[in-house]
Amino acid sequence: MKARAFSYFRADTIDQALDAHARAGDDARFIAGGQSLVPALSLRLQAPRLLIDITHIAELRGVCREGDTLRIGALTRHCEMLTEPLIAAFAPLLRAAAPFVAHPAIRNRGTFGGSVALADPASEFPAMTLALDAEIEIAGPSGSRRLKADDFFIDLFETALQPGELITAVHVPLFRSNQRFAFDELARRRGDYALVGCGMLATQTGDRIDDIRISFFSVGNTPTRVKGAETALTGFSLDAARIAAAQAALDNDLAPPESDEVPPMMRLHLARVLLGRLLGRLGEGA
Amino acid sequence: MSGIGDDMLAEEVNETVRVRFIVNGRKVACDVAPRETLVDCLRNVLELTGTHAGCEMGACGACLVRLDGRSVHSCLMFAVQADGARIDTIEGLSESGVIADLQAEFHRRNALQCGFCTPGMLVNAHELLSQVARPSREEIRDALSGNYCRCTGYEAIVDAIDVVAKARSEGGAA
Repeated sequence: MKARAFSYFRADTIDQALDAHARAGDDARFIAGGQSLVPALSLRLQAPRLLIDITHIAELRGVCREGDTLRIGALTRHCEMLTEPLIAAFAPLLRAAAPFVAHPAIRNRGTFGGSVALADPASEFPAMTLALDAEIEIAGPSGSRRLKADDFFIDLFETALQPGELITAVHVPLFRSNQRFAFDELARRRGDYALVGCGMLATQTGDRIDDIRISFFSVGNTPTRVKGAETALTGFSLDAARIAAAQAALDNDLAPPESDEVPPMMRLHLARVLLGRLLGRLGEGA
Repeated sequence: MSGIGDDMLAEEVNETVRVRFIVNGRKVACDVAPRETLVDCLRNVLELTGTHAGCEMGACGACLVRLDGRSVHSCLMFAVQADGARIDTIEGLSESGVIADLQAEFHRRNALQCGFCTPGMLVNAHELLSQVARPSREEIRDALSGNYCRCTGYEAIVDAIDVVAKARSEGGAA
């Protein structure tokens, strides 16, 4: 399949990109890595008049510390998440998730901001922004704004992004020495979409969990925090009984959709298995 | 391209854009429609047919090329996006000799049958070995997870890459 004809514009600045979008009457798409957008265009699931290439906008690049957060530029490629020392030091959960994102050649092109903007419910990084309590930095026709990841994901491939807005960066609170994280997913083949995936970040005093954020993907229309399980763990040390309580809480936290391939009960079972494994690793100091 | 004019939003479907890149070390300029993928440009315009168009949606890996030194799916980008980039296709990698040992080992071990996947496999293996000197078999399989082969069952491909990795790290043979 070939994409429908469109015009192409390479923007040098955010303002140029936003301006081009407005001039196209919002019948336009921003393209960065394009690893999901290009197939969507080729399959004609989308057919905009104008494609605005944002990959040459310097303002969208780079990873840096900014106060007590790490600012991850939207154009940071998945492969850079694996190699960038600041990510490993201050956002190790993202480093742990990165090898699971698609295949090497896709990781060479795909961008962090693009993945978050697409909000594929089976993707690793959008879900991890929830676990990390990240903030999404957005530029648009009416100026810039920042939004909590908790308020960003609305429904299937639907986010709080308005037409003509683009993600400029994601801000992640710096990882601290009293925090622990864990990540894993269950997939039939390496690099394939996960049947169920999960990442978590816990803040502890000694062995006691003061706060924990647990986010699942491939469990519904959006990446999903499991607040019942989080509550079941908060204020306690991890032991078999606490882990079982958190697993039991998933029955209320998750409502996997009907699917021929993976029935809801199976997905829920896999989510419980995965949660148990990850909490076990967290307890061992992973 | 400094600003966008209304003329750039013309409804014309035959609009073309001049793009320039360095393909296999040679400067190339061609006129492409924005919707033309890089793989179509390489094959149809530049007649470099070693890069194969398989699934055209980033699943099979047959279209891998090196873009500014990184393997990418040439079906997952439009040629206009590559304007200004350095592209190395299987033809360039073959001519330069940098993958001669991989090619010889693929041949020796029957790591191909129909050969459709082979250019992508070689581009991928080349990148893997440039990043990890001695990958484990598991790491090789992981790296190949985005390259489909419907003939060999992969075993011989993993064998070939494994042997070359060992030979390179032991003898410096290339």
